[in-house]
Amino acid sequence: MGIAVSMTVNGKAAGADIDPRTLLVHFLRDQLRLTGTHVGCDTGQCGACTVHVNGRAVKACNILTVQAQGAEVVTIEGISRDGELHPMQSAFRDHHGLQCGFCTPGMVMNAIELVQNHPDPSEDTVRAGLEGNFCRCTGYHNIVKAVLAGAAAMKR
Amino acid sequence: MNAPLIGQSIKRKEDYRFLTGGGQFTDDVTLAGQAHACFLRSPHAHARIRGIDTTRARAAAGVVAVFTGDDLARAKVGGLPCGWLITGTDGQPMKEPPHPPLAQGKVRYVGDHVAVVIAETLNQARDAAELIEVDYESLPAVVQAADARKPGAPAVHDAAPDNTCYVWALGDKAAVDRAFASAGHVTTLEFINNRLIPNAIEPRAAVASYSRADDAYTLYVTTQNPHVERLLMTAFVLGLPEHKVRVIAPDVGGGFGSKIYLYAEETVLTWASRQINRPIKWTAERSESFLSDAHGRDHVTRAELALDKSGKFLAMRVTTTANMGAYLSTFASCIPTILYATLLAGQYTTPAIYCEVTAVFTNTTPVDAYRGAGRPEATYVVERLVETAARELKMDRADIRRRNFIKEFPYQTPVALLYDTGDYDATLTEAIKLADVAGFEARRKEAEKRGKLRGLGYSTYIEACGIAPSNVAGALGARAGLYEAGEIRVHPTGSVTVFTGSHAHGQGHETTFAQVVADRLGMSIENVDIVHGDTGRILFGMGTYGSRSIAVGGTAIMKAADKIIAKGRKIAAHLLEAAETDIEYERGIFKVAGTDRKKTFAEVAFAAYVPHNYPLDKLEPGLNESAFYDPTNFTFPAGSHICELEIDPDTGQTRIVNFTAVDDFGKVINPMIVEGQVHGGLAQGIGQALLEGCAYDKDGQLLTGTYMDYAMPRADDLPFFKVATRETPCTHNPLGVKGCGEAGAIGAPAAVINAIVDALGPLGVRDVEMPATPERVWRLIQSANKK
Amino acid sequence: MRAFDYHRPATLKEALSLLRKNQDARPLAGGQSLIPALKLRLAGPPALVDLGAIEELRGIRIDSGTLAIGALTRHSEVASSRDVAMSIPALARLADGIGDRQVRNLGTLGGALANNDPAADYPAAVLGLGATITTNKRAIAADKFFTGLYETALRPGEIITSVAFPLPKRAAYVKFRNPASRFAIVGVFVSEGAGTVRVAVTGAANCAFRARAMEKKLASGFTPEAIARIKVPPDGLNSDLHASAEYRAHLITVIAQRAVAAALAGK
Repeated sequence: MGIAVSMTVNGKAAGADIDPRTLLVHFLRDQLRLTGTHVGCDTGQCGACTVHVNGRAVKACNILTVQAQGAEVVTIEGISRDGELHPMQSAFRDHHGLQCGFCTPGMVMNAIELVQNHPDPSEDTVRAGLEGNFCRCTGYHNIVKAVLAGAAAMKR
Repeated sequence: MNAPLIGQSIKRKEDYRFLTGGGQFTDDVTLAGQAHACFLRSPHAHARIRGIDTTRARAAAGVVAVFTGDDLARAKVGGLPCGWLITGTDGQPMKEPPHPPLAQGKVRYVGDHVAVVIAETLNQARDAAELIEVDYESLPAVVQAADARKPGAPAVHDAAPDNTCYVWALGDKAAVDRAFASAGHVTTLEFINNRLIPNAIEPRAAVASYSRADDAYTLYVTTQNPHVERLLMTAFVLGLPEHKVRVIAPDVGGGFGSKIYLYAEETVLTWASRQINRPIKWTAERSESFLSDAHGRDHVTRAELALDKSGKFLAMRVTTTANMGAYLSTFASCIPTILYATLLAGQYTTPAIYCEVTAVFTNTTPVDAYRGAGRPEATYVVERLVETAARELKMDRADIRRRNFIKEFPYQTPVALLYDTGDYDATLTEAIKLADVAGFEARRKEAEKRGKLRGLGYSTYIEACGIAPSNVAGALGARAGLYEAGEIRVHPTGSVTVFTGSHAHGQGHETTFAQVVADRLGMSIENVDIVHGDTGRILFGMGTYGSRSIAVGGTAIMKAADKIIAKGRKIAAHLLEAAETDIEYERGIFKVAGTDRKKTFAEVAFAAYVPHNYPLDKLEPGLNESAFYDPTNFTFPAGSHICELEIDPDTGQTRIVNFTAVDDFGKVINPMIVEGQVHGGLAQGIGQALLEGCAYDKDGQLLTGTYMDYAMPRADDLPFFKVATRETPCTHNPLGVKGCGEAGAIGAPAAVINAIVDALGPLGVRDVEMPATPERVWRLIQSANKK
Repeated sequence: MRAFDYHRPATLKEALSLLRKNQDARPLAGGQSLIPALKLRLAGPPALVDLGAIEELRGIRIDSGTLAIGALTRHSEVASSRDVAMSIPALARLADGIGDRQVRNLGTLGGALANNDPAADYPAAVLGLGATITTNKRAIAADKFFTGLYETALRPGEIITSVAFPLPKRAAYVKFRNPASRFAIVGVFVSEGAGTVRVAVTGAANCAFRARAMEKKLASGFTPEAIARIKVPPDGLNSDLHASAEYRAHLITVIAQRAVAAALAGK
């Protein structure tokens, strides 16, 4: 049984007739070919699939597409403008907050919303706020530095 | 722009695509008409397959094909090979039982591949897989390495009735026994080096396609070494001509060893893509990764160190049982032998060392290299022994190390390695300063007032990287060469594309290799692009593992760059009407020595491709050079790690307060990237010590099969690290580099455990099992309190 | 995930009617436990009734000495609510420690209570504050709600609509987390209200329970020392890879003391 869904993704209308068991992440990756959002686990822990739904960071592998009916969805592909990186993206590059790049989109998307809720985060706030994002490459050292720097840059 | 680039923390060229969602990982590849595969896996650790009924699955909606081990056997598909032959103390080759890509007759671990279902959609493939009926006769399983050789243990393979793959030894046993007999003090430890699951965040994946038009295959796969993957798959398993198979490793999301190997899934997909004449995609679910990615470590060890009364090391004796799992993975056999026993000298002058290793089969996931691969296990043995000995002899832990450090190089160890260079005193001194060891006692007392037990532990490790001199490796049983290849293609207007057989999956080669080439050729880094991970574009390669890329792959590129300069000099000599011997090359300019007559690199390149004024009688047009480099020795990165931590005695919870790493990687190309490599390694080493442990129940069911039960290090488990480097350049490669990828994972576990033992030492605790979970630590405190 | 029919009613009435018609259908709230279970094929209901569009189940308000929270209110909304912070700050902090940020942005109070995971946080608060759970049919006292492993007093077709928390004088929740899942190995919620002390423990047994021996001691003196000597028997407590029953029993006393200290410190 197909269900018609429609939503706004990165500012553009998107819709399809889909099997209700389609996870949002698969809708984004397979239907819209927005492959920047990744799948790293099947139990909702790794956070590689983090996107914004109605301004909130959520795990796109832990929400059905049909649950996002009518929502505003933003993915990693939607945060830079005309090739100009978002301050958080720039901070990750400047502080070497990524290595293999697989967890990076989810990390950046969570970090942006973390900072929107905590504009002046402490190191502890950042570390606790990244609980739902696994990185196996960086030991988080440079990610935490990047998020702190990104927070400062987002204020400007 | 043409300033020296070596040693600069240049921002990474690859970051823009990863930060904007533009990375192209294997699962991002979608080919027209692609079908989806689901592997049916064994729910039993050990069972005979009486029969498989695929009738209902074949008839299910969307199913294209179902294949089992019988189908592969009929098609004469071979078993997955092991790339390293170990010869036992009995002179016999190791046991190599067949490793069919889909099980034949028996399943030997939970997760073993039983069948593949290929369907139009992934959901349909999964739905149909549930319809396959397998008639299993469950058999008793053997799980723990320590149980594998017990009388009556079930045999995993008929070919190895006592579950023994090999018994192997290194060193002079008689000399070691003599030293122990007369030693003033002997320190003994028995421990398990815990089994780990690598957990690259990108799950393994493959997309295989076959083109009938040109009878050729293309395989996109999450691999660290596409050429090795192709060689093993074509020559040993599928019997295909190598030139008809192109293996592409696009962006790969972390490897840590787990993506070195030839796995069943991509092999079956490649074969099946021809059977159904369609592309097929498979991507592991994380729960499949836990079951089927090769695991790491899993040693049971008894280790002894003989010392004189003054703390001078006299001899070391080590007996290890290493768990191979159910089958030999691609490099499994060399990890607990060649990459382990050879490292037991550590940074010390221990004159006699003997190590005996028994490799056993069990009904568990195959075990192979995981970040560090043998070297973390060796370092753990040495550094736990050293620190325990210091405690027993009431010596300062830094002093006992300094007393035994190797100070003159080159140094021939009693376990086969020849260290070329190092300065262990210097790294230890700097680490002690950076960690403020002098202030530790005050910090300990302050923590005590807060009810916390504070401890400090050292680990001074060595590793052998830059793998490897092929003749040495060959003599030790390697079935492949271990050189690297590189090619530099200069374009007519002077920019260059570099092709390397190394593969980056987080290491930043696109930047560091570009730094090396741009520096050597004297051009802007923007004019250099690095291409890797495609057998269709790169001449050959042995791939990336064992911290070898810059030392071996980087050197191959350097050699190619030197050939470019040499040819450029000939061209410039012609253009400048000078003798070749008079042409100097510096920072992008060929000039006649002692004059202002010159040609830029771009002008020379242009002349090579538009050879109107060119010595065509003596020189081929074009400017494209390739090189292979086979190292003359291993490289020996070494360093000092110091861990400081606090334990909450009421809960047993340990928190790392400070972690200091001072490493000697030889010459550093990009300090930012090198530090990042150290951070990541430390997190994995600390993870092994405090959090991560793969657990099976007695029947061989994996208990840590999801992130709900396998504890991955998170941001709030770790502190900021204090990291520094010292440089004693490697003496036998032109860059002076040693490699940095594994150091953190090698040094950290012993430093953490030594720190815990330091914190609990006053209670009489002398050892703690890894991972040092809160309950384990709490129990040690409880039993100490009872004494 | 196995196939299922999907319904997204806009009103509670419509939802209840759908659940009546589809006996085996599962209500879907935030989905942060249910969706992983569907993905791993541990659950395979023929239909899902998504409660996400039902506005009447959302919201936070204080009236007549209680804090009422709609069942579909997300953890992040409770964590950041001024009303919760003013009335029961311990509850806001508890909500801010459930799962991770992304999970808190979807997970709901009602979903967590109906699921009754043995290591979930909210059951400790509901029991530790003596809250009342309101469904479409009735009001259920916290003490009667949690009946076993993933089991509650809810009957088929019954949906939690809101939860009313009485305002305590002081309260706190302290959690000792599983290093892998970050769920509670032991979590203790303590509260001191008008003449009552409650101590509720999660993570340690098949579902949250009250530590009555501790309540008794704390009633005569709300200090950590009052319960320091209480030895919790390990019988009936959970034992797994991460913590034995004996260790959990020990942790209950340690964590309860810390919760009392935190309540006294207003943390």
